[in-house]
Amino acid sequence: MGFILQSVADAIGLIAHGDRDLLAAIATTLRVSVSSTAIASVLALPVALLLALREFHGKRAVVVLLRTALAVPTVAIGLLVYAFLTRNGPLGQYHLLFTRTAIVIGQVLLIVPLITALAHAALQHRARTVHEEARLLGAPPLAAAWRVLGEMRLGIRTALLTGFGRVISEVGVALILGGNIRGLTRTLTTAITLETSQGDFPRAFALAIVLLTLVLLINLILLPEARHGRSE
Amino acid sequence: MRSAVACRWMSATALAVVAGMGLAGSRGESIAPRPIRMATTTSVANTGLLDTLLTVFQKETGTRVDYLAEGSGKAMKHGENGDVDLLLVHAPSAEEEFVRAGFGVARVPLMWNDFVIAGPAADPAAIAGTPSASEAIRRIAAFKSPFVSRGDESGTHKKEKELWAAAGLTPQGEWYIEAGQGMEACLVMAAEKQAYILTDRGTYLAVADPKTLALLYDGDPILLNPYSLIEVGPKRYPDLNHEGAQRLIAWLTSPPIQTLIANYAVKGNRLFHPLSEKPPAFGKR
Repeated sequence: MGFILQSVADAIGLIAHGDRDLLAAIATTLRVSVSSTAIASVLALPVALLLALREFHGKRAVVVLLRTALAVPTVAIGLLVYAFLTRNGPLGQYHLLFTRTAIVIGQVLLIVPLITALAHAALQHRARTVHEEARLLGAPPLAAAWRVLGEMRLGIRTALLTGFGRVISEVGVALILGGNIRGLTRTLTTAITLETSQGDFPRAFALAIVLLTLVLLINLILLPEARHGRSE
Repeated sequence: MRSAVACRWMSATALAVVAGMGLAGSRGESIAPRPIRMATTTSVANTGLLDTLLTVFQKETGTRVDYLAEGSGKAMKHGENGDVDLLLVHAPSAEEEFVRAGFGVARVPLMWNDFVIAGPAADPAAIAGTPSASEAIRRIAAFKSPFVSRGDESGTHKKEKELWAAAGLTPQGEWYIEAGQGMEACLVMAAEKQAYILTDRGTYLAVADPKTLALLYDGDPILLNPYSLIEVGPKRYPDLNHEGAQRLIAWLTSPPIQTLIANYAVKGNRLFHPLSEKPPAFGKR
């Protein structure tokens, strides 16, 4: 139990001293999480819009599959991508395994279903009305779709932040595809795993505190509405 | 309306059934001797040796041994916290400290094997046939050939740091890859990156493909790797299964089991040497 208190002190100490390993892990974590969230949203939002605006055969099946994909373990995604990126795999020639790019690829696969499902949930009730209004006012289809995203921005932002929270806290993909290489692919979560396996529980927990603080700050910045208690 | 209610009812029943099965599964523990908890290192567990031995132990004594397989560092942490009854580890200096600090009763030698240096079959730093292990790693550093380090304070990592210290070097730079993972994950990484690596012979033989990662250097006495058993101290943690730990230690060091260890082989290679076998090849390269 005592190590929890020590961890809090350690966490403050690490940040105050600008511990180099810690700063490198924070930088790697932010780099891969921001990249994968950005790429995943570019892929996910059009699908969510399509699901919200169009009726088509098998739509329910798509939504069911998306929701199911939310339960895929991160380690399973890690292993799947690993099979493609390893030297003997179909993409082995690009030598991507154990790089930051490999982590981003895995994390994108991880959160595309998550962002799609959440964005679809946010859009489904009013998307069609907004879209039709915009069309009536003479907006071309794509501009009208853009307007839908703008109208539902709180829900969309929540979807993106949830996706971001998922990648910044996951460890399976980062460990299997990144390899936890110090100064290169070591993220906060793989560092936590390493410290735990070395038996340095206070430092491991201190890193977890740093991670949570980071996510807290990001949410404070990007969710101003939540601070004012406004809702859509 | 009706069908919606029926549907809800059915899903509730399904949930209840699933939950019921989960509960039922957790019952049915029979009265058996108190299980023994052991913390050990990945090299002993992943080679399959431990499962083989413990199956025999359970058959003979009816006592189950639950083990956690992690790096020696974490294994000792579990010992320090009184979460396990005994340790099977390979980090001699850390073990001595563990016993001196009163966490363990004594180090009981169990068996030994050795570390080897593996690397790309082409051997770009030409370490094969060098006179000593420190000369071998000095060459790797001089050529800046990629080298995968466990970087996790495990017994193997501690041995690696000992080698660098003996060579008078501090490894640094892009070629020095600190993986912070277990032996197998690091061997996979070394094969992928065509890097050199220090590994225990057992895990190397069990895991690596010599075509992608060749065994290039062995035989220096500094590469000896002794494994010890340590009972976690009864003074500090009287509630642990001390009787079981002592019984298991006596059993593992008994002649028939030492023979079993000596004959244990993976892919036709013997991995561990019993105490009765002195390391003859060492120092006579």
